[in-house]
Amino acid sequence: MTSEPQPTTPASSGSPLVSLRNVNKHFGDLHVLRNINLDVARGEVVVVIGPSGSGKSTLCRAINRLETIDDGEITIDGKVLPAEGKALAKLRADVGMVFQSFNLFAHKSILENVTLGPIKVRGMKGGEAKDLAMSLLKRVGVDNQAQKLPAQLSGGQQQRVAIARALAMKPKVMLFDEPTSALDPEMINEVLDAMVSLAKEGMTMIVVTHEMGFARRAADRVIFMADGQIMEQATPEEFFDNPKSDRAKDFLGKILSH
Amino acid sequence: MENYLSLFETYNVPAAFWVNIQLSFWAAIIALVIGTVLALFRISPIASLQWFGAAYVNIFRNTPLTIILAFGFLGLFSVMQISLAADLNVSLFRIAIVGLALYHAAFVCEAIRSGVNTVPLGQAEAARAIGLSFLPAARLIILPQAFRGAIAPLGNVLIALIKNSTVAAAGSVAAESSSLMKTMIEFRSDLVIPIFLTFALGFVVLVIPIGLLTTWASRKLAVAR
Repeated sequence: MTSEPQPTTPASSGSPLVSLRNVNKHFGDLHVLRNINLDVARGEVVVVIGPSGSGKSTLCRAINRLETIDDGEITIDGKVLPAEGKALAKLRADVGMVFQSFNLFAHKSILENVTLGPIKVRGMKGGEAKDLAMSLLKRVGVDNQAQKLPAQLSGGQQQRVAIARALAMKPKVMLFDEPTSALDPEMINEVLDAMVSLAKEGMTMIVVTHEMGFARRAADRVIFMADGQIMEQATPEEFFDNPKSDRAKDFLGKILSH
Repeated sequence: MENYLSLFETYNVPAAFWVNIQLSFWAAIIALVIGTVLALFRISPIASLQWFGAAYVNIFRNTPLTIILAFGFLGLFSVMQISLAADLNVSLFRIAIVGLALYHAAFVCEAIRSGVNTVPLGQAEAARAIGLSFLPAARLIILPQAFRGAIAPLGNVLIALIKNSTVAAAGSVAAESSSLMKTMIEFRSDLVIPIFLTFALGFVVLVIPIGLLTTWASRKLAVAR
């Protein structure tokens, strides 16, 4: 174990919305998360970048316990993430998740994808859920596709529906796990635009991405991970213009040289 | 030819097939219910349920059906005096249905589990991520897609079940077709081959539409990804 400094400086005051304390995880012999400490404040947009295999996706998935952790503690809005069962499901409902591969429910229409959570988890009435869903679909620009099945939409449209589906739960925080990595280049911007407008509206977001432009435009803080550790964290300007660690310099050199 | 046709005046062949259809129908419904529950057990996060599901499948799948049905008649009915109806024949008929259902439930479970394997892991993760716990996620997201992926293997189980319903003879359901065939052969040994062919054809006619239907349905209902 190395002992890199791991500053924990939330961007704004108040108790953190998401808090990770001494979180460790192994995949067999691989130590994928090494003593992670991280606080995310309400309304903060945190972008996590780093080379593949650095543990950034695992970190994102651990926050709503799609990955279990070996030790340490994760709290969301002051509540410790439960191990399993109904309490975990309840907490997950407050944490929106957008996946790399969209994961829209393949047998349900676009509209049903968005209304399912509000109806089945929140107990919302059908008509009310439909109104909510249509307004969210309109906001991400796919309301005219509401009756189609996911497979009939482009990747960019599917990912925007996935964002609407997560928003329909009125989450306290949104997690994005490489939301544009599976998209064709011409569709990346439509998804990023939806994310930027979400950030501007004050949504708390944790975004794992390779989109440096998004980090510059929307992030309050950039976290650089390598080898399962948080190597460095700073404002986007500070990080991109003046990276401190050698790993970050090396990483930025590789991705920004073209 | 006249000899052959006279068979149908003496013996009620359609009635015998009707018994097999009834046995298969009820056994299929019960097996589908039990098999679905077993499949839920096997994919559930609870270790003891997983264990139970696996144990059930391994025991029933690996026991000959003849033994299960003979046990139903000799063990449950004769020795343990367990009766499922006041009338002897109705009781034996019902015990045979239970035996057929318990046996085929193991195969139904495995067919559904193969269907579950056609559903990408991301579907379950997305269901959990919006706050659905295991049962609602299974009922709303996983099983509807798994059933569509399992239509063809479920069809194969149904085909096997219809043919296996003749084993109900081992459970003393004397009205079913293979028992009638035995009787007919005993009394009309001059027509052994036509009698065999008649019953073989009867089952082929029953089973072929199921194969066609399930192939059509599994294409029609396939989940587009």
